[in-house]
Amino acid sequence: MQARPAYLPYLLLAPSVLFLAALFLYPLAETILLSVRTAEGFSFDNYRRMAGDLNFASALGNTFLLVGVVVPLQIALALGLAQMLTKITRGREIVLWVWTIPMGVSDLAAGLVWLALLTDRGYVNSALFALGLIDGPTGWLSYETPVTLFVAIVLAEVWRATAIVLVILVAGFGLIPKEYGEAAEIFGATPWQRFTRVTLPLLKPSLQTALILRTVLAFEVFAVVFALGGRNFPVLVSEAYVWQFENQSYAVAAAYAVVVMAISLAATAIYLRVLRVKPEARL
Amino acid sequence: MRPRSLLFWAGVATMCAWVLVPIWLIAAGAIGGRQGVFLWPKSMLPPEFTFSALAVFLRIEGVGKALWNSVAAAAMTMAFATLLGTPAGYALARFSFRGQNAYRLLILLTRAFPIAILALPLTVAFINWGLYDTTLGVALVHTALALPFAALVTSSLFVGIPRELEEAAWIFGCTRLQAFVKIVLPLALPGIAATGLFAFVISWNEVFAASVLTVRERTLTAYLLTVLSESPLHFRFAGGLVLILPSVVFIFAVRRYLFAMWGIANR
Repeated sequence: MQARPAYLPYLLLAPSVLFLAALFLYPLAETILLSVRTAEGFSFDNYRRMAGDLNFASALGNTFLLVGVVVPLQIALALGLAQMLTKITRGREIVLWVWTIPMGVSDLAAGLVWLALLTDRGYVNSALFALGLIDGPTGWLSYETPVTLFVAIVLAEVWRATAIVLVILVAGFGLIPKEYGEAAEIFGATPWQRFTRVTLPLLKPSLQTALILRTVLAFEVFAVVFALGGRNFPVLVSEAYVWQFENQSYAVAAAYAVVVMAISLAATAIYLRVLRVKPEARL
Repeated sequence: MRPRSLLFWAGVATMCAWVLVPIWLIAAGAIGGRQGVFLWPKSMLPPEFTFSALAVFLRIEGVGKALWNSVAAAAMTMAFATLLGTPAGYALARFSFRGQNAYRLLILLTRAFPIAILALPLTVAFINWGLYDTTLGVALVHTALALPFAALVTSSLFVGIPRELEEAAWIFGCTRLQAFVKIVLPLALPGIAATGLFAFVISWNEVFAASVLTVRERTLTAYLLTVLSESPLHFRFAGGLVLILPSVVFIFAVRRYLFAMWGIANR
């Protein structure tokens, strides 16, 4: 074994640490300070104002509901797609390309796409009209139809952001030696057993990465929700946006930001613990 | 076997349609002209093909410049994030050292924070540093967003490449750098390319920081956001299509890397 200079890892990390100190830690400290500073000194008044707001409870509930529905759907869908890709012999390059197109679609554009489909005179309504299910242009995205608005947001989010999970999982699938599955097959494992007993455990590092990325991003969901439902479906970050720009209260917006961060950190900690990969079990 | 494979290909086709049909429909909205937007009930094909809405959109003062700013910011973000993130990912995957967990925490903290707020306290600092209202400034903030992705994804990538390959190279006389460049890098390259892709997409998608940190040098998303509320539907669809098209082309351009990533699966 070659001697390992002790400074090497620090040398490798230093550029990114310096960068993040200037462009992340500094504004982060500013934001936290902002959330606890009031005219009279330091207090939790801004948090009390936030929690006292009518929309806070629904924003919190909506965000959790959205994450709880969207993330498992995306993981399941991406696993299915990745599994399908392993079976495609011809044209898989094109299929992979098509499936990863939404990765480049901005949340603003995705919101506009699903707005085109789901507006009163949109394509979905036209199809339902042709099938005789509705009598004419029907609104799905107002505050009077919270369930369909929620479904629309879930559709747009799953449509837009499953591709990122797919790429991470396909990369993970690629690192699993084929022999493992073949050995299991020889010993009589069914395809389902091979998937749950061989593929999934070996896929853990990729699953962990994908889950952390998607969950944290899902808690920050904003542009899709705003484009489709405006303020009809309050979520935490859209509330922060409203406090920032409409109410001109940077302090309460900062408090919202701190809440989102705390929730995301907790979720991340849970994933790290539950999907821990022991170094000796690594491929 | 035949009906099963028929079912399989039907599934593949359905998932392709799930991705492509919505894009086709917003394109139809953008090229269907003004009548197309208000037509009821709609058909899959727009009533007329006219690029007038798109042409009008692209001729609007500022759209071309915003498009260029978006591409420039995204390209810079991609370069910065990959160059800063890959060494960090390698260090996380291969070394145990004091402060490792502190660094991981830093990374997770970055990702766990809403980007919107990150840009606001930076405004004053950017004015002082001469970075306010520049594409470089936008790219720096976008790099702060993309860097944790880069470090995390490359780290899980390097974890997946057996340590023994590198150790074998050392035994045969390679230096650490040689072993990395000749053994690890070729295996990791497709994944690193995918990481760069994430960085590009993150920057391209980002609306808020770009809107906060620019006035004249707007990126396309920031520009669209400011004009969206006062625009008619077909104009919005044109904007949406223009946002989507370059990314479709971009992913097509790097499909080889995605395919190479796929190639590892057949080793």
